[in-house]
Amino acid sequence: MTEINRLSIKQLHNGLKRKDFSVREIAGAFLDRITEVDARVHAFITTNPERVLKDAEELDQKLRAGEVSMGFLTGIPLALKDNIVTQGTRTTAGSRILANYVPPYSATVTNRLRQSGALVLGKTNCDEFAMGSSTENSAYFPTRNPWDLDRVPGGSSGGSAAAVAASEVPGALGSDTGGSIRQPAAFCGVVGLKPTYGRVSRYGLIAFASSLDQIGPLAGTTADAAMVLQAIAGHDPGDSTSAARPLDNYLVEIGRDVKGLRLGIPKEWFGSGLDRTVESAVRAAIARLEKLGCSIVEVSLPNTEYAISTYYIIAPAEASSNLARYDAVKYGYRSPNPKDLEDMYKRSRSEGFGAEVKRRIMIGTYVLSSGYYDAYFLKASKVRTLIAQDYSNAFREVDLLVGPTTPSLPFKLGEKTGDPLEMYLSDVYTVTANLAGIPALSLPCAITEDHLPVGLQILGPHFQEGLLLRVAHALEQELALQRPVLPR
Amino acid sequence: MVPIDDVKKIAELSKLTYSPEELERFVHHFQEILDYFEHLNSAPTEGINPTYHALEAFSGTPFRADETRPSLGCSDAVSNAPEQVECQFRVPKVIE
Repeated sequence: MTEINRLSIKQLHNGLKRKDFSVREIAGAFLDRITEVDARVHAFITTNPERVLKDAEELDQKLRAGEVSMGFLTGIPLALKDNIVTQGTRTTAGSRILANYVPPYSATVTNRLRQSGALVLGKTNCDEFAMGSSTENSAYFPTRNPWDLDRVPGGSSGGSAAAVAASEVPGALGSDTGGSIRQPAAFCGVVGLKPTYGRVSRYGLIAFASSLDQIGPLAGTTADAAMVLQAIAGHDPGDSTSAARPLDNYLVEIGRDVKGLRLGIPKEWFGSGLDRTVESAVRAAIARLEKLGCSIVEVSLPNTEYAISTYYIIAPAEASSNLARYDAVKYGYRSPNPKDLEDMYKRSRSEGFGAEVKRRIMIGTYVLSSGYYDAYFLKASKVRTLIAQDYSNAFREVDLLVGPTTPSLPFKLGEKTGDPLEMYLSDVYTVTANLAGIPALSLPCAITEDHLPVGLQILGPHFQEGLLLRVAHALEQELALQRPVLPR
Repeated sequence: MVPIDDVKKIAELSKLTYSPEELERFVHHFQEILDYFEHLNSAPTEGINPTYHALEAFSGTPFRADETRPSLGCSDAVSNAPEQVECQFRVPKVIE
């Protein structure tokens, strides 16, 4: 039999129903795996084995007594990115400023997972306040890519992606402001979905850029991602931007046929800057989709060239405002012996935030400041309209768009840390979905000769997560790729 | 080149301090990023309205009934404060 920690959520669920193993045995298997490999992968900031095992034993008892019914996530261990608050469990957002923060409440997604019977195995590493594309901006340690430990797992949800890829957990939540679920999913060879803005509640997500942030699942398979999305999505009165729209049944959606769907290929995404290995893998996957009965049409997203500038003005602008809350008064780090209040603010923030977070606060404050507002923030907000129009025009011609998730394969640790702009440019295919609020998914579509995964990105109109998952599922069945084997 | 006094003013507004060496390194990257933003000027935004929210077209602001609901108790609310006294946040003296 396959080791328990190599099973998917769906397989674990079926095994539990058949009584092949108990919830306690599942939890134990994943905790053992973390003990075995996490000293090399560094996916987790916090784990809570005693509580997980206790919860697992209680759940086993309740299941035996027939006190709880068996849902898809009952007894399934999951990990949460450490910017999602968990009552009573330390939540750092990868920052030194929140090193000792123990939230007095839980995020809506945390509560929904617990209500679904899932066990929260631990909190995963991320770039500080989700600002980064490699998880090297964590104040604690960098996470490593399970396919090649010298390479980055992507970011900012690099801990969640690496934990799933290393079979330390069957599924996890991440957050995506400009690609922070999809890019690490691509780099780690797992499925990652950024839902439509408003589909999943942001209540209890430590804010980075509020008009762009969205929580979503990372998992080993499309079906697993669909199950996690089903549990966390839906209207929440705690988040005024949460959409009051009925939820699709994603598990029904993924089983439907893809024949006759029209898929658009954005021509601007295949120009210079796209790695040849990535390009050929993505084109080969698109050919397989054609074989499955989809028709392929070239489309244009003419404002792609403005994507990075627009995003790196708007996201820091929102961040500079959101991060003003770290004032060393209500929670978070306070520098010792301040001279006065002003000194306390400045020293606490300067000592508590890392270089990239400070850079983004500075950029954001600059583009919003008097004299520069029109040239930067207002201009970028108008270009945001153009980028959203590019997508709505494309979706008049086609059902979905497909292309690369990232312009390159996973890069080496330290390769881009000295050059922030180069790091920003690696987000070119992902940031526009956040600017337009549309859902987008990354699916592993190939493993290169050097044993590195390549991600295919699928994007759809607002609230069409079911359609994205359906196409991803069909391609996943067709490709049947293997999972990574962690190097010793 | 972005004037160093402008950068210092932005740091002041951001409630951040930089050592002289940090400032030098920061200004270099800051300038590079601002230079990159320049090409936005060529974007055709004549007559285009700004977007501040991804789903503006979909949803207005929802309203809820104005009813009292339970919220965090005082001891929970101050539980993460660096310094607290009798369920209140303690800060350096602000009034002379």
